[in-house]
Amino acid sequence: MTRYITHRLLLLPLLLLVYSFVIFVIIQAPPGDFLTSYVATLSASGTSISAEQIQALRHQYGLDQPFVVQYLYWLRELLHGNFGLSLEYRRPNADLIGEQLGLTVALAVMSFVLTWIIAVPAGIYSATHQRSVVDHVLTVINYIGVATPNFMLALILMWIAFAYFGISITGLYSPEYTDAPWSMAKFVNLLEHIWLPALVIGIAGTARLTRIMRANLLDELNKPYVVTARAKGLREWRLVLRYPARLALNPLVSTIGWYLPQLFSGSLIVATVMNLPNIGPLLLRALINQDMYLAGAILLIYSFLTIVGTLLSDIALAMMDPRIRMGM
Amino acid sequence: MPLTHTATEPLLSVRGLHVAFRMDEGTVHAVDGVSFDVHPGQVVGIVGESGCGKSVTTRAVLQLIDPPGRIAGGEILYRQGDAFIDLARQSPRSRLMRDLRGADIALIPQEPMVAFSPVHTVGAQIVEALMLHERLSRNAARDRTVELFRDVGISMAETRIDAYSWQLSGGLRQRAMIAMALSCKPRLLIADEPTTAIDVTTQAQILALLRDLKQKYQTAIIFITHDLGVIAQMANFVVVMYLGRVMEEGPVDDIFHAPKHPYTKALLRSIPSLQTEARTVLPAISGTLPHPFNRPSGCPFHPRCTDMVPGRCTTLVPALRALGPRQAVSCFLHGSEAEPA
Amino acid sequence: MQLDATVAAGAVEERIAVASNWTLIWWRFRRHRLALFSAGVLICLYIVVLCPDFFATQDPQQTDARQAFIPTQPLHLFDGGWNPWVPAIVGKRNPITLRMEWTTDPSRKTHIEFFTHGQPYRVLGLFTTSIHLIGATDPAQRIFLLGSDRLGRDQWSRIMHGTQTSMTVGLVAVTLSVILGVVLGGISGYFGGIIDQVIQRLIELLQSVPTIPVWLALSAALPRDWTPTQVFLAITVILSLVGWTTLGREVRGRFLALREEDFVLAARLAGCGRMRIILRHMMPTFLSHIIATSSLAIPVAIISETSLSFLGLGIRPPAISWGVLLQEAQNIQTLALAPWLLIPGLVVIVAVLAFNLVGDGLRDASDPYSH
Repeated sequence: MTRYITHRLLLLPLLLLVYSFVIFVIIQAPPGDFLTSYVATLSASGTSISAEQIQALRHQYGLDQPFVVQYLYWLRELLHGNFGLSLEYRRPNADLIGEQLGLTVALAVMSFVLTWIIAVPAGIYSATHQRSVVDHVLTVINYIGVATPNFMLALILMWIAFAYFGISITGLYSPEYTDAPWSMAKFVNLLEHIWLPALVIGIAGTARLTRIMRANLLDELNKPYVVTARAKGLREWRLVLRYPARLALNPLVSTIGWYLPQLFSGSLIVATVMNLPNIGPLLLRALINQDMYLAGAILLIYSFLTIVGTLLSDIALAMMDPRIRMGM
Repeated sequence: MPLTHTATEPLLSVRGLHVAFRMDEGTVHAVDGVSFDVHPGQVVGIVGESGCGKSVTTRAVLQLIDPPGRIAGGEILYRQGDAFIDLARQSPRSRLMRDLRGADIALIPQEPMVAFSPVHTVGAQIVEALMLHERLSRNAARDRTVELFRDVGISMAETRIDAYSWQLSGGLRQRAMIAMALSCKPRLLIADEPTTAIDVTTQAQILALLRDLKQKYQTAIIFITHDLGVIAQMANFVVVMYLGRVMEEGPVDDIFHAPKHPYTKALLRSIPSLQTEARTVLPAISGTLPHPFNRPSGCPFHPRCTDMVPGRCTTLVPALRALGPRQAVSCFLHGSEAEPA
Repeated sequence: MQLDATVAAGAVEERIAVASNWTLIWWRFRRHRLALFSAGVLICLYIVVLCPDFFATQDPQQTDARQAFIPTQPLHLFDGGWNPWVPAIVGKRNPITLRMEWTTDPSRKTHIEFFTHGQPYRVLGLFTTSIHLIGATDPAQRIFLLGSDRLGRDQWSRIMHGTQTSMTVGLVAVTLSVILGVVLGGISGYFGGIIDQVIQRLIELLQSVPTIPVWLALSAALPRDWTPTQVFLAITVILSLVGWTTLGREVRGRFLALREEDFVLAARLAGCGRMRIILRHMMPTFLSHIIATSSLAIPVAIISETSLSFLGLGIRPPAISWGVLLQEAQNIQTLALAPWLLIPGLVVIVAVLAFNLVGDGLRDASDPYSH
């Protein structure tokens, strides 16, 4: 077990290295470099800059160097915790991201938790009450949940709330708390607001997980060990929770690997629509304005968060399933 | 083997049991009017080809038939004290059935490979039963489990109870299963082909173990198998089933030495013995088992029967007829009445 | 009586025994009513893809600032006998906001006709016609079946053209994914060893990246001066870059399992070449499965395209796709004023739902071991 975790932890920097290179390729792909856009921004604001100055800056940022050297420069700065400066905001990227990272992670975690606490019981109920009315209703909801893009759901909810109740459900706080320092009241206010976007982000995932849980459990319910447990005289619901549901959960844990990336993708869109403080909209703006080092830093953070999440899920799976734990 | 119980009241008396599976394609009568008795301390062997309804019969006793199957008729009388309760009328989830399962009537399932949950230790799964029925504390239950493991011949019992089933060999798994089944000292043990999935050497050990334990715990056993050799070693009384119906039943000696029904005879002929010349072709029962939706009319065995009487056997269903004090057969050749349509 | 039943059963068995695998799949698929219905919906959508102009009532790009935010004009077929009409639009300037506010007036009817002449268009680049499915009797009269947007463009016609783009993106992206997935997955599963390891790690890498941010970054890297066709192709390529991984995995798994099968060994012993074994012996066994999986991948591609375009980094105006149309619905004040701008979203949901139902039906039907 310990060996397994150590192994995975050692792999982590290597993975990040690979990601950083791919990301650097992507952010370097647009024509021109970041100075071109910088000069364009400057001249748009009326400041002119001489050719020599540009050349000097070029040299200063290493932009006259070959691609790989530029990458190594970037990597060196990253390792020193320097994510570069944002052109648009004229502030260090690290600060910009740092302000919103906490809430980004909070929203993803909240969404994840909601998904699981809805999907697992719903899946268990559906499987144990196969072909009941509730099972059919859940199936219909699931199909619609998977088919509705989450920004669409956000739009519909926002429109209903605005048009029929005259309230705005954007943002994560009531207006009076937006710039207030952290306090208990602000935290409570956050909890009051965060569940709706979390739910919207998680809806497709919830639908998928419910279906997986239902299918897994139906498989498990036919296994001979269930008959053994029944022949022992256990109460039905206790038996279901203790044996087949427990086993059906294992494959569900291994879905975290693909679910987390999906969660971050969803949060980017929903945060943009619902105007939430999140690194998603920040990335979108950075990409549209060709603020490429900011974009690169955010992409790297997304990769890091997913790798860590997947690692945690692998460890959880190993703890839950002795076949995996002891097979290591 | 002397029969010691004839005078005693049976522990379990199955009367005219019907189990039907209603499916989209039609209804399958998996068990179609089966009757037999189990007396205390006695081993009843149920033999038949796969799909003849022998497992379903015993699952019905435990009320463990999964939908779309259900008990469609008959009685399953189980003796408690001086009174009989009809298990066929109990709800599968009732308190009564739950209290009986595991405590009074225990099951050794067919495949020990998959009959334990792979993510719980073997010990935990036995401790659970002990805590449930014997109201033992966790520690006491654990101590009992270690004892049980020793009883069933598992060495290093203290460490083995913390093993997962997939860490144990097939033989050990089946021993652990037997330990679980016996944990609450049941009066009736249902062993559903307990040795089919196990290699021959281990099979002999398991059978010997079951015989010893029967003596020690005075448990009645319903032993299901398709292997007549195993029946000869284990059973006092034999029930021969074909397509959900009892063809013949009787004390083991009568069945083996004076079989009456053509099916029983055919089954016995197909056993190789030490006297059989090498390289002789064993007589097989001609024909194949019909599809469940395609049950033959009349006597279910008539399409494969060598002594079939055209007209009578093809249209009428023979009822079980007593031949001696305990032997009975359902065959027109032996004077069975036709069952009312 | 009994005999008849047996004979009938025998006949059924024989029919099953000689039916080809595809016939069997069709028989099983036919039993899923909902999947069958969804297949019908998809066929309708693809007919629109073939010729959106026939269904459009007017030029999807035609703007008229004076006809902004016109509400939907529901189609009525009868008016004391067959006489299709839509209610006329009445505009009134709001004295406070000074904005034109439109309402429908059912007492004033605009009569419409089917298969009427309108704006000429080319069909599949083959010939020119001016026949439209539907149009106002008076060709000068614009009708807005599903309302108009802030520039006074007809949403019905725009949805028809958006359907063409979005449904095609889905199909093309998935076709690319299937090609990539089958080739790479096949190589990975058939050859094994180092190649397999490399491809597997690549798949893991691609699957562990949040797709939307990466797609956004890639499409942000597309040159601004590309034509809509170039952007369209680039977007499909970008979508299939990640889309192939699921299929690649499945194909690999199938190959691994099949490699061990006796019939593959038999073919090898009979002296079949590698390519022949793969194409003639292995592929047919999981072709139906690939089709089912791809039909489940199309809706994912459609939602992805819609999301990218909605965020402004996918298909770019003036090209029209469902996502581009939904961009009009981004502002909540606008939505409150013109809720019909959400209709393209409903079309997305219906299309994705239909694909999922058909895909599930196909998957169940293609599993030879299901009952």
